Amino acid sequence: MSWQRQVLRVNLSKGTCASEPLNMEWAKAFLGQRGLATKYFVEEVDAKVDPLSPDNKLIFATGPLTGTMASTGGRYSVITKGALTGAIACSNSGGYWGAELKMAGWDMVILEGRSQRPVYLKIENDKAELVDAGEIWGKTIWFTEEHLKRKHQDPLMRVSSIGRAGETGCMYAAVINDLHRAAGRSGVGTVMGSKNLKAIAVRGTKGVGNIRDLKEFMRATAAGKKVLADNAVTGQGLPKFGTQVLMNVINEIGALPTRNHRDVQFEGAKDISAEAMHEPRKTDGKPNLVTNQACFGCTIACGRISKIDETHYTVVNKPEYWGASGGLEYEAAWALGAANGVNDLEALTYANFICNEDGFDPISFGATVGAVMELYQMGVLTEEQLGIEAPFGSAKALTYFAEMTAKGEGFGKEIGLGSKRLCEKYGHPELSMTVKGQEFPAYDSRGIQGMGLAYATANRGACHLRGYTVASEVLGVPVKTDPHTTDGKAGLVKAFQDATAVFDSAGICLFTSFAWTLQDVAPQLAAACEGDWSMENLSRVGERIWNLERQFNLRAGFTAADDNLPHRLLAEPANSGPAKGKVNELGKMLPEYYEVRGWTKDGRLKPETVKRLGL
Amino acid sequence: MMKSLHIDPVKCTGCLQCEMACSYENYGVFNPAKSRIKVFDFHETGRKVPYTCTQCDEAWCLHACPVEAIKLDAATGAKIVDEATCVGCKVCTIACPFGTINYVQDTGKVQKCDLCGGNPACAEACPTQAITYIDADWTGLDRMRQWAAKLDRQSAGHAD
Repeated sequence: MSWQRQVLRVNLSKGTCASEPLNMEWAKAFLGQRGLATKYFVEEVDAKVDPLSPDNKLIFATGPLTGTMASTGGRYSVITKGALTGAIACSNSGGYWGAELKMAGWDMVILEGRSQRPVYLKIENDKAELVDAGEIWGKTIWFTEEHLKRKHQDPLMRVSSIGRAGETGCMYAAVINDLHRAAGRSGVGTVMGSKNLKAIAVRGTKGVGNIRDLKEFMRATAAGKKVLADNAVTGQGLPKFGTQVLMNVINEIGALPTRNHRDVQFEGAKDISAEAMHEPRKTDGKPNLVTNQACFGCTIACGRISKIDETHYTVVNKPEYWGASGGLEYEAAWALGAANGVNDLEALTYANFICNEDGFDPISFGATVGAVMELYQMGVLTEEQLGIEAPFGSAKALTYFAEMTAKGEGFGKEIGLGSKRLCEKYGHPELSMTVKGQEFPAYDSRGIQGMGLAYATANRGACHLRGYTVASEVLGVPVKTDPHTTDGKAGLVKAFQDATAVFDSAGICLFTSFAWTLQDVAPQLAAACEGDWSMENLSRVGERIWNLERQFNLRAGFTAADDNLPHRLLAEPANSGPAKGKVNELGKMLPEYYEVRGWTKDGRLKPETVKRLGL
Repeated sequence: MMKSLHIDPVKCTGCLQCEMACSYENYGVFNPAKSRIKVFDFHETGRKVPYTCTQCDEAWCLHACPVEAIKLDAATGAKIVDEATCVGCKVCTIACPFGTINYVQDTGKVQKCDLCGGNPACAEACPTQAITYIDADWTGLDRMRQWAAKLDRQSAGHAD
């Protein structure tokens, strides 16, 4: 049993912190982290709740492998009803915070209500208390972390917090820990801000020791690490190039959404790619990339640490941005770059720093800027409104918007609405590249058919981390499928979605799945935890979690009509590259998907599916 | 052959597998708070540096201990804390110039790296060989080899 079996329940309205035992019956059915916290959430929260009302709850949850020597065993997730989407939200983060919470003796923290004044939660092992956050409210995440460590004389403390974006109501505000690791999507930070909760500072010295069979666990985790080390993606590609290894690959196959999905290839892709990050700059002879970095327990180490050119316009006379910090991952480089037609690597790195410093999702932000630039080109939005000229390709507009969105000022307040609300407000809902209110990540589904279905059906809105069929359709993991056909994609998407739910619930990083299948995860879980963690049961657990999330969304008011893609992807063919002439053929895949899911034609769970999964 | 721990910060990714391995070896739990090796993250530069006891020949901690609780392991050269003898006075923590011997509240004793009896768990767990356990007389051998190769390439270049 590598759960700590303790839940910390914090009522922000009453100012109370209480301990309760973890529901082990649920743990055996939903594993941990994403699955288990979602179970708690759907049992306790009315699906119709306004995400920003005190009745919404916010759960920070670890998995059974969090805080162990299993490779990448340092993850936690933030579960709530998303501010951006109104759907179930579950944002996953690495860094060191999740392991620290587990080491303090907690599997999860459930936050309820709303504090009357800004507070932060301080946890030191068993002791949890709410503390006045007057001195850090209105400040950045970077300030908050430094301040709390200094104030409490504890440099080993780990902090997870929101920045000004989360305080001022940016709808896609993120929760950030360890300066630049993000529970990034769906506005989980917005919900945290609405509760007047600034930060959770944790120090855990108890450790994780309750492994079921330690000897077998050390054997199984060592075997898992060897698989990661021997795999070309996790052993070589990711440590050297990070996820950015994809930029040129996805551009070449004509699936790099460019200029708000008007194009599918970006002529500046090479300038913002992994290779470009390694290239010495003309100005100072140093590359953008300083080093790679691991999260807690991770033997892959794909994280990027970058340093901005000190002479670049974004940081001249701003030495606070001259240090090394979290650099561009593929999704951020795409959203800040290709989505807006911007090819200035240093400007993208700066915008990414700002996203980390004040806590907002670079994917939703960048994609919303893409829509703004399109509206500007159409003459719907003007320089006067925006405060700057904003044609596609303008790095200056991008970085200006980042600064304004961080502070929630000027047109930054509008960009903070997200693409769906903003495009509706300015009369062009068709220009919003979103599903269920959430902006697409960096894969155009006209060139990768399965991703269209994965986006349309993802429970937290458009997302690549819910069913990453890119692995199969582009990279050939675990088997190569043709990205241009719809055949077999329904089953493929389901398989990816269910397996992903297991990875996200175990306490490990989804990126291990480039090398690991459930067959590699099962022995690690089985050695750590009591219960049936065979591969067969894990598949069922994953499917159960997926359907639990679906049930919540249906109760929240979503219908089959929301399993859809923007008109542009269904009707405007890709205009270049290998997928030229293609649209996404969602209509061919969706009915079959409902069928393999055991859902009705209108996307609802059949009674026998509910029964089979024990929901 | 006498061996010693050798640390190459350039290779460290900050994964903390070493800290978990150390606490597991000594306490049977995964707990960086109880690790005798610590990884320091200098985030302004992106550098990550593991640091632990270097097993000084003339060990300040050993000489300072008033109850002779710190002893030499002749086989490995490690200076080892005998918990049964240690009275938790912490004088050794003052004497050590490097800060690598520390008090543990839970046990009321001090702890330091003991090289795991000659098979250091941290080196074993490190996925990038940032921590290795190698010939104590030749910790510089790899670096010498690299420079030798570089010099050779340069001189060969000149010869052409």
